[in-house]
Parts: sequence; structure tokens; C-alpha cells
Amino acid sequence: MNPGHWFRNWFAPPGGAASCDSESIRKWIDTRTFHHSQFSDLQRLVRSKQEQNISISLCLPTLNEERTIGKEIVLLKAELMDRHPLLDEITVIDSGSTDRTRDIAAGFGANVYLASDILPEEGVKRGKGENLWKALYQMKGDIIIYIDADITNIRPHFAYGLVGPLLQDPALKYVKAFYERPLTLASGTRVSGGGRVTEILVRPLFSMFFPELTAFVQPLSGEYAARREALERIPFPVGYGVETSHLLDIYNLGGMDAFAQVDLDQRIHRNQSTHALGKMSFGILQTFFSRLKEIEKCPDFPAWSQVLRQHQCQDNVYEQVEIPVVEEDRPPILSLQSYRQKFGRA
Amino acid sequence: MDNISQVLEQLGAWQAATAGIRSLFMSDLVMLGEIPSPTYGEAPRIEFILNRFFEAGLDRCSTDEKGNGIAFLPGTQGHQTILVTAHADTLVTESKDQSIEVHENRMIGPFVGDNCIALAAMTHLPGLMQTLQVKLKSNLVLLASTRALGRGNLDGIRHFLSRGSIRCDTGLCLESVQLGRLNYACMGMLRAEIHCQLPDQYNWAQYGASGTIIPMADVVMRISRIPLPKRPLTTIIMGKMDGGIAHNNIAREIILGFEVRSESTEILRELREKIEDITEETSAQSGTRITLDVLSQRDPGGLDIGHPLVKKGRAVLSALGLQPMLYPTTSQLSALRDAGIPGLTIAITTGERRNDLDEIDESVAIDPMTTGLTQLAGILAAMDEGVGA
Repeated sequence: MNPGHWFRNWFAPPGGAASCDSESIRKWIDTRTFHHSQFSDLQRLVRSKQEQNISISLCLPTLNEERTIGKEIVLLKAELMDRHPLLDEITVIDSGSTDRTRDIAAGFGANVYLASDILPEEGVKRGKGENLWKALYQMKGDIIIYIDADITNIRPHFAYGLVGPLLQDPALKYVKAFYERPLTLASGTRVSGGGRVTEILVRPLFSMFFPELTAFVQPLSGEYAARREALERIPFPVGYGVETSHLLDIYNLGGMDAFAQVDLDQRIHRNQSTHALGKMSFGILQTFFSRLKEIEKCPDFPAWSQVLRQHQCQDNVYEQVEIPVVEEDRPPILSLQSYRQKFGRA
Repeated sequence: MDNISQVLEQLGAWQAATAGIRSLFMSDLVMLGEIPSPTYGEAPRIEFILNRFFEAGLDRCSTDEKGNGIAFLPGTQGHQTILVTAHADTLVTESKDQSIEVHENRMIGPFVGDNCIALAAMTHLPGLMQTLQVKLKSNLVLLASTRALGRGNLDGIRHFLSRGSIRCDTGLCLESVQLGRLNYACMGMLRAEIHCQLPDQYNWAQYGASGTIIPMADVVMRISRIPLPKRPLTTIIMGKMDGGIAHNNIAREIILGFEVRSESTEILRELREKIEDITEETSAQSGTRITLDVLSQRDPGGLDIGHPLVKKGRAVLSALGLQPMLYPTTSQLSALRDAGIPGLTIAITTGERRNDLDEIDESVAIDPMTTGLTQLAGILAAMDEGVGA
């Protein structure tokens, strides 16, 4: 079966750059941007969840996160499962950590799986996107929340802030986190935005090809919640491109009406080197170009290299380092018969 | 609970039940510990605690003029009122990263052992008693006290005890570490700073000008030579020294922070006089301005080791397999003592400060917390009959 069958024709695709104007972006930001505090009444959220008869799963993708995973599970489980039954499961999907990540996570009460043990017949690929994709098979929830496992200042609002808009508005499919708000200073307004890769790579690309998507403050944030019915219909890059592809694919399926974003105030996590960000950018570019081809915006785009070339210098000896970065896609999981059988999809 | 033997019989079952609420307790502990709460800036942490008290359905949840967080849990008879208290301030400034790491068997974070665990234990106490299905005959007053440390000098709890509308008959002070401590008496304490400053007319060009470091070193040397008796137990802790900006700059000001502890009021007074003499004499000899700034002073005192309250505490600790560590403390117990309220200090877990951690980071063990919380419930149940019973 052609995976593209599941990818297309969900909604009529939006018109693209030509149909976008500043007013529509402004309107989307005004109506689809929330602050987590708007959803802090957890009893109301739990009631809403029960009335809608839906289940909610939290997925923490991990690779060597022993310093932070314990706290994430302790806080989220205590507050959002034990104290308020908002989450039905917390599951760690691990890429093969060599530290104590899996033991710690299991010790504090999470369900823990090796990504390679899930859908073994589909083979093993390495990357965060692989974990997120396999989580769709492993977890039961109608809504899936993804939260990175390297956050040092985790709070329950990271999860309930993301799920709140989905419980409030059944039309929403996908809710993205952001962490900084514009601050009005005496000297003017500080420009708020995402990280370096967002501002240098992704935002310029969105501005050129998908201006409406520039409404996202942090399109690459690793925290988001979505309905299974949306996630199961889109392909998942296994590596760096997964966040970008989610936005592009759901945008092409449902337009901006499918989205909302939530301000989670502050997120503290590891800082990455410029070289690492270069590798990430290279993966994102591959995903972006592949989507351009897919939706026939640039059908004649030439084949590209999948080798990133960076430089290093030691004792006045300069050399080029070649780093293969191959952004493979997992197909929409709905295209797998085993998935359809498990979840009763026709 | 009718008597201590009944309490002791229950402890095994209580310990098992307490293990079931470990994650809720740890969650409160992390969230509390990561709220910056320097002395005089405790309001955000107090707000969190009061929200928890509200959620638990406690009565009279409020703050007072000093910002203390207070809640009331009525007993079935109300024949006496037990105060449970932990100080809410820590030594961390707001600018420091307050993150707490949760490892397999320990938690690491800035002053997590002073006093986040105790505060979380008090915050979680209503839930603990509910889980254990313990209904005390006595009223409980829960007090997250402010302004305890440094210049705060127990201002929060003293204010509550002297001006509060609730009269407490007995008290239980909570500290985070070390599990097994059972403090029934207070050391006398003098906490002070010595400031050594250059005078305004200091001759910077003079060859060999030594600034403030040498005179301060002289002060430290002379204080350390003061003979201290082993009985009554007396110690001087040189805790910190700040000053100077660079290797090649004469230091304009040096500040020494220290604490004198003694079981004797008289010795404490004599030591203060001796240190004042040393500062004045060194000031005159060095041409620098040296002053003694007393931040807080407390007199020794407390319960006798044979007091029924101490005996009950020992029995509970022993029944839980803990070796009671009986020694005088400088904690909030002295405020209770000054108010004429018999009380004890206990701790919830074990912990340590290690050289491989940041200066302000402490490491505390997770597993003993279950025993620590069971001990808290056990001692309260044992106190339920009354102070002298």
C-alpha cells in the first residue's frame, strides 16, 4: 500500500504562500495562542476528559537522560496521575541508553520500552522521531503528549498546558509549546522567538514557503500534544526533521485551523554546540526539501547530498569532517496492518 | 491513640502505607525546593504551601504579618494543640539555579537538606495522616515559618508564638537531616560577623600596605586560640569569609561569618566579650576599622532527657530501627523553649554535602524518607495524649 494514501486528502490543502496575509497570521495568533495558566484548573480538565471519554498518554523519548528523567516522571506522575487522573499512562521510549535511564524511569513508575523492541518486524532506526513513531503503536491514548526528557525545570503545566486546548476545542488536532514571551521594555519590544536553528533556518524557510507557519513562536520545540487521528496519518522522519515535518504535514492536511500553541513560560535544558546545531539543521533541511517535493511546490528540486561537511582545525592543520545525516521517513503508522488491527482501524 | 504501645504496634503497617505516597511527597519536595525562598523573600514558597493546605481542606489557612504560612487541622477532641513547624527560608539567593536532580536513590540540589524535605513533610502531613487513617484527638497547627535564618533569627516563629491567636501546648520542629536526630534541648548560640574595613584616609601608596586580610587573619588566629571547655560543650564555627577582588589588589573589606555555640549562657556571654576585645584591640593595632555585628543570639535550654516527650520520641525512633541521636540543637526549638512550650526536633532523611558537588548542593537519600515520614506520624500519635502523659 502506498503510504501517501494516508498522507493526502484528509482536508483540502491550504493555498500556501499566496493565500497568506498578515491579518490572518495576526488573527491566528490572537485566537490560537494560550498560556498554560488558562488550564490550571485540573479538576475541570479531568471532568472534560471524562465527559469526552478519551484517554491521554504521555511519551518521554530518551537517550541517556539519567540526570533528568527521574524528576520528570516523579512530578508528572504524582501531579497528573496520582493527584489528578488526567494522564492514563506515562511511557518512556528509549533509544538504547547506556546509562541508568531505563532503570530510573521504571523505578519511579513509568512504563519503559526499548524502541527496538516495538514493531520489530519494521526494523530498527535510530533517532528521536523513531521513538515518537513507535510510541503511537505502543501507547493507547486518544491524545498523545510528547515531552523531551532533558528538561531540568519540568512542571506539571508542561503536560496539562499542552492538553488543555485539545480538551477545550475538539476541532484542534495539534498543540505546540513555546517558552518565551515578548517583553515590552522601556526601550521597545524585545523580539521573542525560538532557538538558533529556528531563527536562522526554519523561520526563513517558513517565511519563504509557508508564511502562516511563522505564527509559531517555537516551531522546533520538543513538546507538543496531538490527537492520534492526526498523528497516525502523517509520516515521521526518524531524526532531526520530525518537529518540522509534523507542522508541514498537518498544515497540509488541515491548515492552521488544526493548530494551537501554548506558552509554557520557561524551559531549561542542555545547550548544544554550533556543530551539533549544524547537523540538526542539515537534517531539517532534508525533511523540508522532501516535503516541498511531496506537495509539488518544487517538483523539480534536484537530488541532494546527505553528507554534511564541517571543518575542524588542530595545530594549524585544517581538515574537513564528513558527517552522514540521512533523514529517513517512517510511513504514516496507519499504513501498517498491525497498527490497524491493534487499534481497530478499517 | 490511647498509649505509646499501641502506636508502636502500628508503625510497621504505617511504614508500608507511607511507601505508597512516596512519589506525591517527592513531587511536593521538588516543587517546593525549586521555588526560590531567601530569608525575607519566602512569599512564593508560602503561597505554594498554602495552596496545598487549601487543597487538603485545612481550616484557617492564612499568612500573618511576618509572612508565616499557617493552617489548622482540628482534632477530634481538641484537648491540646500541637504545633508542627519547619522553616521556609533557605540560604540560596534567587539568582542561583534552584534545580533539584532526582536520581535513583538520592536527590541533589541547593540546600535540599536545609530545609526542603522538612517543609515538604509538613506540607504533606494532612495527606499522610489521611493515608494512614490516623485521626488525632489533638488539634494540629502547621506553621511554615519565615525569617528563620541569618539575620531573620527565628523572627517568623517567634512572632507566631508571641502574637498568634492560637495557643500551642507542645511542638514538633522538622528538619530535613539527619534522620535519627531527636533534639530536646537547645544550644546557646551567638551568630555574628566581623567586618574589617580600611579607613577612608588609608595610605594606598605606602609600600607594604596589607589591606584588611592580614588584620582579619590576626583576628581569626586570636579567636581560634581562645580555650573552649568540653563541658559545658562549647564550639566556635568559622563558617565563611568574603572579601577582595583580585590577587594584586589590596582588599578594602573582609567579612568573617562565625557562630559560637555553648550549653552555658555564662560562657556564651564571656566569649562574646572576649571576641569584642579582640576586634577592638586588633583594630587599634592595625589601623583598620574592625567591628563585631551580632546577627542573632539565643540562650541554651530545653527539656530534660527524661521528659515524657523525649521518652516517647525515643521509643518511636527505636521501634523504627533508628538509633536516636540525642544532642542539643540550634534550630527553631529555641523559639519554642523561649515561649515555654515543650518540644522536639526530628529529621526526615539522611544527607550529605560532598566535595564533588557545588558548594550549595546537598545530596539526600530517597529510601529513608518513608521511615522519616512514618516517624513523624508516630511521634504525633505518641504526643496525642498530652505533654506529660
